Amino acid sequence: MQTVIKGKVWKYGDDINTDVIFPGKYTYTVNDPAEMGEHAMEDLDPDFAANVQQNDVILAGKNFGCGSSREQAAVCLKVKGVGAIIASTFSRIYFRNGVNVGMPLITNRDAYDHFEHGDSIEIDFEKGEIRGEKGTFKFPPFNEFFFGIIDAGGLIPYTRKRIQEENR
Amino acid sequence: MQKTFSEKILAKYSGKSHVVPGEIVEVIPDIAMSHDNTAAISKTFAKIGVDKLYNPDIHLVVLDHCVPPANEAFAQNHKDIREFVKKHGIKKFYDINNGICHQVMAENGHCLPGTIMTGSDSHSTTYGAFGAFGTGVTRSETAVIMATGKIWFRVPETMRINITGEFQDGVYVKDLALGIIGKIRADGALYMAVEFTGPAAGKFTVSERMTLCNLAVEMGAKVGYVPPDEVIFNYLEGRAAAEYEPVYSDEGCNYDAVVDMNLSELEPVVACPHTVDNVKPVTEVAGETIEQVFVGTCNNSRLDDLAILAHVLKGRHIDSSTRLVVIPASSKVMIDAMRLGYIETIVSAGGTLATPGCGPCMGNHLGVPATGEKTISTANRNFKGRMGNRESEVFLASPHTCAVSAVTGKISDPREIPVDMALIFSELRKATLSPVLMTR
Repeated sequence: MQTVIKGKVWKYGDDINTDVIFPGKYTYTVNDPAEMGEHAMEDLDPDFAANVQQNDVILAGKNFGCGSSREQAAVCLKVKGVGAIIASTFSRIYFRNGVNVGMPLITNRDAYDHFEHGDSIEIDFEKGEIRGEKGTFKFPPFNEFFFGIIDAGGLIPYTRKRIQEENR
Repeated sequence: MQKTFSEKILAKYSGKSHVVPGEIVEVIPDIAMSHDNTAAISKTFAKIGVDKLYNPDIHLVVLDHCVPPANEAFAQNHKDIREFVKKHGIKKFYDINNGICHQVMAENGHCLPGTIMTGSDSHSTTYGAFGAFGTGVTRSETAVIMATGKIWFRVPETMRINITGEFQDGVYVKDLALGIIGKIRADGALYMAVEFTGPAAGKFTVSERMTLCNLAVEMGAKVGYVPPDEVIFNYLEGRAAAEYEPVYSDEGCNYDAVVDMNLSELEPVVACPHTVDNVKPVTEVAGETIEQVFVGTCNNSRLDDLAILAHVLKGRHIDSSTRLVVIPASSKVMIDAMRLGYIETIVSAGGTLATPGCGPCMGNHLGVPATGEKTISTANRNFKGRMGNRESEVFLASPHTCAVSAVTGKISDPREIPVDMALIFSELRKATLSPVLMTR
């Protein structure tokens, strides 16, 4: 994984649920990850999918990703190039989905209080820092287990690697 | 050192002497459920590079999210799943004619005390009604369970909800659950195990425990749990699909939070658009015009729920400006409801009956609202766009509140048309296929 990423902030509020991140009506009809990306944030911010750039960062309040267990809500952001999600807190299943698709998730309240929509920021995963014009904010580095999964690119590549190692 | 239910069961399954909250453990679950998402899971499984399932007997598949299929894409999805299940020898397979996954699993004795059960469905917290460690996981994780048997968990902190008192007329376990969510909010139990205990919790029926634990995820919880007792052991008699050994929290264990709920103080409530924690007393929202009433979903469409609906509708008709969509939780519930005359009453009163399954809950089919329409529903989610139209509104309430609202065409206080719960319980005792064991 890239140790430092730079991108623009897409800022949203509290309790952003998976139905607005990826509408339920597409969960069985849209199977192509690239197409999932086109519906990302459709019911929350129709401008998002058309304008988000590689390594942009989603910044949200508490309980990001609450609701359904649908993995598409993490996949659709990953395929659009989102480099990380920073939230005050994450819903439990979204946290799992994020880790499992290899999306870095950062729990940090200060960033939410200081950065605004459109701000340019830098995230240093090695040092555990979020940097921008409005300040530098620390977050604890990922624990070894999560880092292993994120670094491998997600749970599936991680499992593949583990099985290959065990078979050796 | 005294331990919580979650600490004890996760230590047992991970082969450790003890575990602490925050620790990551790997376990092999007893059951890993998936539903219509099994086709997508099977494609992920194929990418891992293993030919055979680690253990096909762990896996349980129910087709329920769009049954019968609404279009070609859903039909192909089901076909792919049938082929996968056959190829890999998954015996616990329930096709489109059974009902909603969580209900079908309960009816077939797969939900067992002291077991670890995962579901690729967020409402898998429901299994805690039976004393299982039940939790929703992701599609990829079920694919990894297929390949390796294993799944990682973070050992959760525990919240205890101490329930006392007795329900007043027109107040149900749905009002309790929404009341808790309104109080602690949608993230009030984030990552936590929630134990529903106290003198009143032991009196809840199987059905009521399922409604309660089903809504635990809307508090942010990892699992909901009611300590299993005679109510559950009786239900499992002759039904349990495997042997089981209950696990309980130790007396004096550490709870990170304790919330007291007195049933006697509760009143009927409604979760208003567009979040489950936007909870208001029904008296505050009464009078709001609604175009659709939906009685269905894994939360509230069991026999007791249909009984309350039928008792309200008996000798009445729904309002001419309102539609009533009714979807029983399972085929067994539907047959019992037919035998007890509930279906005839509901359809005669203007209700529209559909096949057991999830229906319009997440907007797939069978009652998607039009733009500008309002629906009051017995479901568990009311997020914007949830029922398939982002320009519609969804209110959540008990079956009784929904039933009375269907009659008046407006959100209504259930106490306007009282039902005789003693009579309903006496009828429910005659149910043979989907018994709802009554303890009060």
